Amino acid sequence: MAESLSILVIDDNAIRASIIEAGLREAGHASVRVITDIEDVARRIGEIAPDVVIIDLENPNRDVLEHFFALSRTIKRPIAMFVDKSDPAEIEAAVDAGVSAYVVDGLRKDRIKSILDMAIVRFRAFSRLQGELDAARSELQGRKVIDKAKGILMTSRGLSEDAAYTLLRTTAMNQNRKIVEIAQAVVTAAELLGP
Amino acid sequence: MGLTQISAGYVPLLDSAVLLATEEFGFAESEGLHLNLVRETSWANIRDRVAIGHLDVAHMLGPMPLSANLGLTPLDAAVIAPMALGLGGAAITMSNAVWAQMAEAGAPEDGAPGPAGQALRKVVVDRTRAGEPRLRLAVVHPESAHNYTLRYWLAASGIDPDHDVDIVIVPPPLQADALAAKRTDGFCVGEPFGSVAVARGVGRIVTTKGQIWQMSPDKVLGTRLQWAERFPEQLAALLRAATRAARWCEDPANHAALAAMLAREDRLNIDADLLLRALTGRLQFEPGVEKSMPDFFVPYSRAANFPWVSHALWFYSQMVRWGQVAHTPENAKKAAMSYRPDLYRAALSGMGMPVPGASSKIEGALTEPTEVGAIGGRLMLGPDGFFDGSDFDPDQLDAYIAAQAQR
Repeated sequence: MAESLSILVIDDNAIRASIIEAGLREAGHASVRVITDIEDVARRIGEIAPDVVIIDLENPNRDVLEHFFALSRTIKRPIAMFVDKSDPAEIEAAVDAGVSAYVVDGLRKDRIKSILDMAIVRFRAFSRLQGELDAARSELQGRKVIDKAKGILMTSRGLSEDAAYTLLRTTAMNQNRKIVEIAQAVVTAAELLGP
Repeated sequence: MGLTQISAGYVPLLDSAVLLATEEFGFAESEGLHLNLVRETSWANIRDRVAIGHLDVAHMLGPMPLSANLGLTPLDAAVIAPMALGLGGAAITMSNAVWAQMAEAGAPEDGAPGPAGQALRKVVVDRTRAGEPRLRLAVVHPESAHNYTLRYWLAASGIDPDHDVDIVIVPPPLQADALAAKRTDGFCVGEPFGSVAVARGVGRIVTTKGQIWQMSPDKVLGTRLQWAERFPEQLAALLRAATRAARWCEDPANHAALAAMLAREDRLNIDADLLLRALTGRLQFEPGVEKSMPDFFVPYSRAANFPWVSHALWFYSQMVRWGQVAHTPENAKKAAMSYRPDLYRAALSGMGMPVPGASSKIEGALTEPTEVGAIGGRLMLGPDGFFDGSDFDPDQLDAYIAAQAQR
């Protein structure tokens, strides 16, 4: 087996960082460090001497980190950005997934590619997970609004629960809008006009 | 009829105003365009997303197209600046402690860069003598007008930017925090973040970029050369729309509406009152003391949208000066080709808005506002001098670079 790489993961999202870290360990990389705080990076980058750095693209400190890497050039091996300039598809996949990687110059490309591929897959999985979570949250929110609108219609119009729901649904269909939008309008109107 | 979609990235700073106003106040639509505005958290993101084509155009640091074309960036995509997004717009702010020392050493209230620099030099010398750590001064990116302006001012004041102080990188929105936490002693950054530090009582503006170099360039509208060549009509329409937006942004009658839009949570998310300081030219160097600087940020007049090749070449001269690139005839040519006044001029022709006929000028030739002949009317330019009285003649680039190595 080849000599082990030192990998640094910088991500202020601790859950995502641990997902990446787990993936790297499963792939046999023993030397993985996770840092969430930018000040720690400044202090410890010399000591960690990473061969590969993985950062989320939304990290506002990306410009700061790149400057550290550029400075470390004078004392250590140079760190080049991204994996392989000649592979635009790989770079695009990484940016799409929201991850950027920095590697020490002269490292064999095939050794890095598997690491970046893994990071891309795990970043995608994480954002899908988060998307599902957001969707579930907004669905729950939507259901609460519809329940409230039904209640208002039942009280003010003397309708049964089923009839109130049917009224919301037919109105939404006629206006080519979502039920939750109509429900929100009912709730807002009731708040404006209500006692 | 459908509008042509253009994705446009920006970093939340005051000088993204022209690009944001282009979409938000209907200028894009009147040219048949819709800008999908994308807020980014770092200049690295802007650079990468433009390079791979996620963004068609972006609010960029003035030197960024040069960096791309000179091989300083990770991806080899040619990037050009067919338009500039304003002049001035940045200030140098120091912590209250450093300002107190500077004031004691004779720094003027009004930010005059000569005496302010001499006062800072005395502070730096005293610190060295007392064995105190070097001042940590922050900029937003190594290849930025802010880094070059700060270094120019320091060097001309007898302070070696590489040995007498530490220059570090901090993202614009975190500058005031870093100053408050004493992680930095000062910074040079675009508005509103100097005013934010002043309003929070953590710093004092000691001079401005426009006092160090009058009517100096800062941000540009950047795009991939490939995109510009593939969609020349879209680009021309965008340049027209953005220029009309720039004129609108400069009109005092629109400042309140502009500040309200920029203040929104999904835009800069900064108090409109702080944005208005730089927009109206009524700055506060320290809390409660208003200073009138009508030319602090110029979004439109004085040919503020014209991408002067002389601006690109001055940035290049500073890249060479601070060891970021080697000076060769090929590199100088790449730098000059990064700014495209020809595209701007062609797009604006026949609009009744004056555009300079020349592509380069001697920076520092004009000591006061001067009316010059231009295509499509007359135009006021300048003053465009450096505070130390030197000027930059782009035709004498080799001599300028040789001379600054001696200083």
